[in-house]
Amino acid sequence: MSNKESTSRTLAVALAVSLVSSVFVAGAAVSLKPLQTENRLLDKQRSIAAIAGIGGAELSARELRELFGTTIQARLVDLQSGEFSDRFDATSFDALKSAKDPQLSVVLPKREDIASIKRREQFTTVYLIESPDGGIDTLILPIRGYGLWSTLHGFLAIKGDLNTVAGLGFYEHAETPGLGGEVDNPRWRSQWVGKQLYDERGELVVQVVKGTVDPQSTMVDYQVDGLAGATLTSNGVNNLLHFWLGEQGFGPFLARLRSKES
Amino acid sequence: MSKLTPKEVLLNPLFNNNPIALQMLGICSALAVTTNLNTALVMSIALTLVCGFSSLFVSLIRSQIPSSIRMIVQVVIIASLVIVVDQTLKAFAYSLSKQLSVFVGLIITNCIVMGRAEGFAMQNPPMLSFLDGIGNGLGYSAVLIAVGVVRELFGAGKLFGAPVLPLVTDGGWYQPNGLLLLPPSAFFLIGFLIWGLREWKKGQVEKNQFKMAPQVTKEAF
Repeated sequence: MSNKESTSRTLAVALAVSLVSSVFVAGAAVSLKPLQTENRLLDKQRSIAAIAGIGGAELSARELRELFGTTIQARLVDLQSGEFSDRFDATSFDALKSAKDPQLSVVLPKREDIASIKRREQFTTVYLIESPDGGIDTLILPIRGYGLWSTLHGFLAIKGDLNTVAGLGFYEHAETPGLGGEVDNPRWRSQWVGKQLYDERGELVVQVVKGTVDPQSTMVDYQVDGLAGATLTSNGVNNLLHFWLGEQGFGPFLARLRSKES
Repeated sequence: MSKLTPKEVLLNPLFNNNPIALQMLGICSALAVTTNLNTALVMSIALTLVCGFSSLFVSLIRSQIPSSIRMIVQVVIIASLVIVVDQTLKAFAYSLSKQLSVFVGLIITNCIVMGRAEGFAMQNPPMLSFLDGIGNGLGYSAVLIAVGVVRELFGAGKLFGAPVLPLVTDGGWYQPNGLLLLPPSAFFLIGFLIWGLREWKKGQVEKNQFKMAPQVTKEAF
């Protein structure tokens, strides 16, 4: 029996401990994976429902499943042409992953990449709530872009007129808590409800202003207060909104929907 | 050293040798997760379990661990346990695990867990070490929950997310103290707690490590 402190013994103990631990950890990770994936999906769906103004944290898993089978429909959109597409299954398609795939994404020229996302996916999933007459009641678009420290991931919900905001929110970001992190503040988010995106001439004019919106201003319907102490996050939100509603984002898709409506 | 009884090992860390109040360990997470009781409670349970089981496993193989790599072996065991806890939380309490974010992962570097593994479990039999780990976890939990109650009750007027003091914004009478929701307030609360504990158990007051020299004013040169 070799001495406890010898090199070979040390190596053997290290190896044995690592092996046992890794089996233990891998076992837990693999066996809990399905539950975790489902949780992540439910969390995303819950935030979509909340942003669309249907409910929030109180929705149970069963209610959410029901909601997403019937009321809220996922549809795949080809961002380039602005058409609905059936190339992939809309519910399981991972647009963020495809944004890294050279075949399913385009590199954005620096000048047009105001949201600093570098690559934009070709296809993405949008969510529709249909009105009783078959038109669109609410349209929920995924948006993302860079704030101060992190990419903010969220959704913008638009009413059926494709102009009035029904809600805006982010489900994932890493901005400074208390400053940029206030993008999660319900009070700030509630300002978005009812704002207009486009003016009478159809120009995209919605804006996050620095400071507070002047209530006397003629632009009051298009403007939202900036976040106090978080100018860069506010600018980020402004930029990502303009990017995703612009030509590189959902511009073609929205134009097509509008022409279909009129 | 007299023989340690299981009861002593389990209950001493609660007040007599509290890891936060006397040993001043684990303050970082105590500031971060005590804004509401839900997170404080989950963090307490997670740390207590990790601390107990890591002490148990370290103690089981303590005679096999070569001293040159003992710290690494301890960290590997602790880290594995923490990952399992983190994965379990993600699977069964997703929103809580989102709130706790990095702090569950940071149990790995929590000095209480490391301290018990190195300081106690390396020299004591498994059952005693397990109880010691659980006891220290409970000591940590006691402080966390005490601080959590004060912070959530007076900072948000709630306990476990259920309204207790009706807030002014909801038409009640209680104006919440926003400072209590910010990390510095936990420093004040833990400070008061330590003060109180040392008034009660005078033996915990430390001796001055040095004497202050009287101040001497020198002439400018």
